[in-house]
Amino acid sequence: MSILINKNTRVMTQGMTGKVGQFHTVNCKAYANGANCFVAGVNPKKAGELFEDIPVFASVRDAKQATGATVSVIYVPPSGAAAAIDEAVEADIDLVICITEGIPVHDMLRTRYKMQGKRTLLIGPNCPGLIIPDEIKIGIMPGHIHRKGRIGVVSRSGTLTYEAVGQLTALGLGQSSCVGIGGDPINGLKHLDVMKLFNDDPETDAVVMVGEIGGSDEEECARWIKDNMKKPVVGFIAGITAPPGKRMGHAGAIISGGQGGAEDKLAVMEECGIHITRNPAEMGRLMQKVLKG
Amino acid sequence: MKIHEYQGKEILRQFGVRTPRGVACFSVDEAVAAAQQLGGAVWVVKAQIHAGGRGKGGGVKVARSLEEVRSAAQHILGMHLVTHQTGKEGQVVRRLLIEEGAQIVKEYYLGMVIDRSKQRVALLASSEGGMEIEEVAAHTPEKIHKVWIDPVAGLRDAEADTVARDIGIPAAALAQARTALQGLYRAFVGKDAMLAEINPLVLTADGRVLALDAKFNFDSNALYRHPEIVAYRDLDEEDPAEIEASKFDLSYISLDGDIGCLVNGAGLAMATMDIIKLYGGNPANFLDVGGGASKEKVTEAFKLMLHNPNLRAILVNIFGGIMKCDVIAEGVVAAVREVHLSVPLVVRLEGTNVELGKKILAESGLPIISGNDMADAAEKVVAAARGA
Repeated sequence: MSILINKNTRVMTQGMTGKVGQFHTVNCKAYANGANCFVAGVNPKKAGELFEDIPVFASVRDAKQATGATVSVIYVPPSGAAAAIDEAVEADIDLVICITEGIPVHDMLRTRYKMQGKRTLLIGPNCPGLIIPDEIKIGIMPGHIHRKGRIGVVSRSGTLTYEAVGQLTALGLGQSSCVGIGGDPINGLKHLDVMKLFNDDPETDAVVMVGEIGGSDEEECARWIKDNMKKPVVGFIAGITAPPGKRMGHAGAIISGGQGGAEDKLAVMEECGIHITRNPAEMGRLMQKVLKG
Repeated sequence: MKIHEYQGKEILRQFGVRTPRGVACFSVDEAVAAAQQLGGAVWVVKAQIHAGGRGKGGGVKVARSLEEVRSAAQHILGMHLVTHQTGKEGQVVRRLLIEEGAQIVKEYYLGMVIDRSKQRVALLASSEGGMEIEEVAAHTPEKIHKVWIDPVAGLRDAEADTVARDIGIPAAALAQARTALQGLYRAFVGKDAMLAEINPLVLTADGRVLALDAKFNFDSNALYRHPEIVAYRDLDEEDPAEIEASKFDLSYISLDGDIGCLVNGAGLAMATMDIIKLYGGNPANFLDVGGGASKEKVTEAFKLMLHNPNLRAILVNIFGGIMKCDVIAEGVVAAVREVHLSVPLVVRLEGTNVELGKKILAESGLPIISGNDMADAAEKVVAAARGA
């Protein structure tokens, strides 16, 4: 068992036929069971065509009906990405993973509002996606750095997630599932949501939680961990040296009105029993130490 | 993206929010002519810079004659205005707003932000106008009233009236306050703002409700649909290095240290700054070259870092995912040759095609110091910056 997806998941790709979508669809299809997982693409202008033997449909609804796909990954450019999420939500897709970076925040506010009361879960936007090592990869992360194992990884970043995974793999600590929740201020699943899934996952023994400045997502997760988490958590927050009031690359990575600073987050996390490190090169070794007790 | 107060007021007026009459000016003569044209007996001469705290820094003066307008304009134009948001050197004042004076009876605070936890636009209102909202939040949080706005219904009449009453706006002015509150919300959504403040909103002796200040910050991801906001951009208010970076689609922020860093991905770029600090150094910048950096982009990134006279060493930290290490290595080698790099360079590569990338660096014949992992690279770059 893994969280959210597994080797039997059937995936459609919205924006498959664009340059970015093509590139990553080829890579996802080549990873583990990908050839069986990636079953449909969506593009109203190219319905009926094939890309890498994957049929293209006019709409999410058509793709779902024809292939039984329950998950959608989105590479649609920013101006149309929120509408692409809306379409997947309307079609009752189980899980939407939106890779697109640069969606206007007011578009996401409206999309999240429309998602209230719907069953669809959202990961992202502005995220690397989700991977279950040796089973399935949905997103843009390099598959080869992962190893199958029992550590869960959840992070707001892309390459910093790869850094954490790379350290774990180098120490022989494989991963159960790695989830990039994205660097935007308005997003779908939060650290807390993913942490709950890891807590209930019998194949996950411990979790690496990578956060960054901005918002209070990590603090909310930490408070929940204190009272509920049955497994050890190792945490790192990027941006101790970030100046206030500046957007540090990610739209959501900003200290504003004196809130969202890294030290404040680390203090709450430590208080809540998370094993924190201030050294991004030590995430893997700290996990190793924690597991050895 | 930030804009000036007078530009913010133009936007507010488009959405029905009343402001004092005023004219933006670029010279002393223009300022005097503007005051003449506005008429009346009292004017306010206001420095237009993007930073807040202008009044405390001496950038806002009340004038009671045209001579006083002239001397205030002379004093403020060209001054290095230092506020808590500008840093020690301050910001040079190049524009003024000349406004008719208002007889203020009471000041209020209105703010609008994106509430990340609630995933709604939040209206913040307070009776404590003119004060910084962070101060009010810290000492008298009960004086801040919040409304989380339904994106479909907008700010309802009843919600606007309740919050106006809560902050003490008298019954006679409620209709005007409602117009101001709803106008601010429509401007906030219509123009894709991330933050807006009217501080203060005032009640005047003749019973008008006016926005005496206007502050906006817009979502840079939405500027493609707002050419009218892009036209408000004032490059004089921005860091030249950050402007240069944006031309090449590089995400760059100047910091006050001496170790430049070039990284792919925002999270890893922050973590790289953090580890430099942890090993006793000081980062000179944040620089995210993004997912698909070309040779040209890497070269421009090096040039940007080298513009900084304080630069003592550079750390390149790449975790190749989409980006292949061999491509970045070629870019680094080409850039180092083109810019005749004169400071020590430490490169740490990991991820896709890492061995190929390391080989390219090693065979380049350039004095590039190789970092085995983030910690090793940080240690080496800090030592190099100290001349060790």
